[in-house]
Amino acid sequence: MNYDPTEIMAVSAARALKDGQVVFAGAGVPIISSLAAQKLHAPSLTILFEVGAVAPIVEIGRIPSSANESRSAYGSVMFPTTTETLLFCQRGFVDVGFLGGAQIDKYGNLNTSIIGKWDHPKVRMPGSGGANDIASCTKFLVVTWHEKMRFVEKVDFITSPGYLQGGNSRDEAGLVGGGPLQVITHLGVLGFDSEGKEMVLKAVHPGVDPEEVRANTGWDLKVAPDLAVTEPPTKEELDLFRRLDPERRFLKVK
Amino acid sequence: MEAKTEKYTKSAVSWAEINAKDKGMRDKRVSLEEAALFITDGCHVAIGGVQYNRVPIAIIRELIRSGKKDLAVSRALMSFEADFLLVSGVMKIAVTSWLSGAVTYGLSPIVRLYMESNRAKFEEWSNLAMGLRYMAGGMGIPCMPAKVVLGSDIAKLVELKTFECPYTGDKLALIPALNPDVTVIHAQRADQFGNVQIDGMTAMDVDMAKAAKKVIVTVEKVVPNEEIRRTPELTKIPFFCVDAVVEVPYGAFPYDCYGCYEPVHEHFRGYYKGFEKAKNAEENTRNYIEKYFMTPKSFADYLELFGVQTILKYSILGKQG
Repeated sequence: MNYDPTEIMAVSAARALKDGQVVFAGAGVPIISSLAAQKLHAPSLTILFEVGAVAPIVEIGRIPSSANESRSAYGSVMFPTTTETLLFCQRGFVDVGFLGGAQIDKYGNLNTSIIGKWDHPKVRMPGSGGANDIASCTKFLVVTWHEKMRFVEKVDFITSPGYLQGGNSRDEAGLVGGGPLQVITHLGVLGFDSEGKEMVLKAVHPGVDPEEVRANTGWDLKVAPDLAVTEPPTKEELDLFRRLDPERRFLKVK
Repeated sequence: MEAKTEKYTKSAVSWAEINAKDKGMRDKRVSLEEAALFITDGCHVAIGGVQYNRVPIAIIRELIRSGKKDLAVSRALMSFEADFLLVSGVMKIAVTSWLSGAVTYGLSPIVRLYMESNRAKFEEWSNLAMGLRYMAGGMGIPCMPAKVVLGSDIAKLVELKTFECPYTGDKLALIPALNPDVTVIHAQRADQFGNVQIDGMTAMDVDMAKAAKKVIVTVEKVVPNEEIRRTPELTKIPFFCVDAVVEVPYGAFPYDCYGCYEPVHEHFRGYYKGFEKAKNAEENTRNYIEKYFMTPKSFADYLELFGVQTILKYSILGKQG
């Protein structure tokens, strides 16, 4: 079955979520991939949305466009305040955070705030939302398009902390919760090495050359010796994503 | 290079100030125009709900119509109302964690224009930090320890203070309290005294109400006090926190009001399409402000622009839940 790079990205992101986990899904692709995971292989995946929703039931055909409206909350078991919902991350109740498109660097730090100079931005982006909180307090996944402009050696602004300057710097900053686990892109899946905390290419999607990934990364990206190849999306996976997002609001084709 | 935003960390509203308020269980019903008088140029207004959820657009429209200037506006996450507040000159400083529509809309051209040319300020905090700022404000304490914002560049921009826990030695962020001059909330119902019932998600509204010097509540329906007393478990904000009650059915339309109506995304997509056609971004937003906020004389006239069909469609969706 034919698929485009955005679809394999979203499918791979959904596969990274496991049944029984509690996931805090941020804006954009994480919404759609979390819902897909729940309907595919993880029926007891619990989703939290920052509007203040615990385990909402989202029906196909009634997909919210954000994590902050009634459609992202219908069917919940509880409506905590937004503050309480985010505090579940700080307390350790969230297994995995899930964040979307951003500028990202080799230590997994995310920028959704400022491109260019802080006092005179070239691009002023919308900001953190709950991303800083999720990144500060959970082990998290990032799903984002893979291009040189986004994958930079050092982000212009750390909105949401990854491993900061690598090594122990995340712990030294006083952060809890582990940090970035995986970065899932339209080209492959990346992890982090255990010592230096630098990003490493772990898997490529079918037909993608690791050199292509390196060419789209703004630093000398390390490739794992046991580089894997992602399983192509199944018909069931693709059908579901196409029903969840028929107008391609989340999965925008570049 | 370290740049600093204009910090909006006004010190806590004092115990004495809150204590001196008239806390009688009196009729607080006023008109939208009268409620807007609570808000003066240059003050700090907090807006309830989060992003699309319960945007008190009837009051926001009134602030724009009455030509308020240079407000600091705080909110958990903002949405399209930020564009209108910026272009109308009402908002000079945004204190929030998010300044744009949802990711599915892309970046706001207005936010980019104003923030990249420093015509307005964006004091950025994380969403939880915003929540803890209002919470500390509502608790009457100057700050709240937390494990977020640490190590990030947000910490540098807002000049975050950290401290070592005297019991455990843990490194903690100290998130400063935020005490709005006026908090504006849209809720499903209240009685004439200001006992406010919010259905569905309450966002940060309760903390925001306790933190503020004054609170304006617009409601879908004013109900008798007896109804509130039959369902006190639904009451989220007690009357002594509230200063004004305005009955405005559809007071958050075309945004989201749980159990009442869903957001009209086709309307907002239309607004975004306007950016493609307009000479410049500001023109598109000025046209919107003129059409929806300035020209219609009353809030009912404003609603008429959406048409009965649209209002019914999204009300039915909202009531289905």
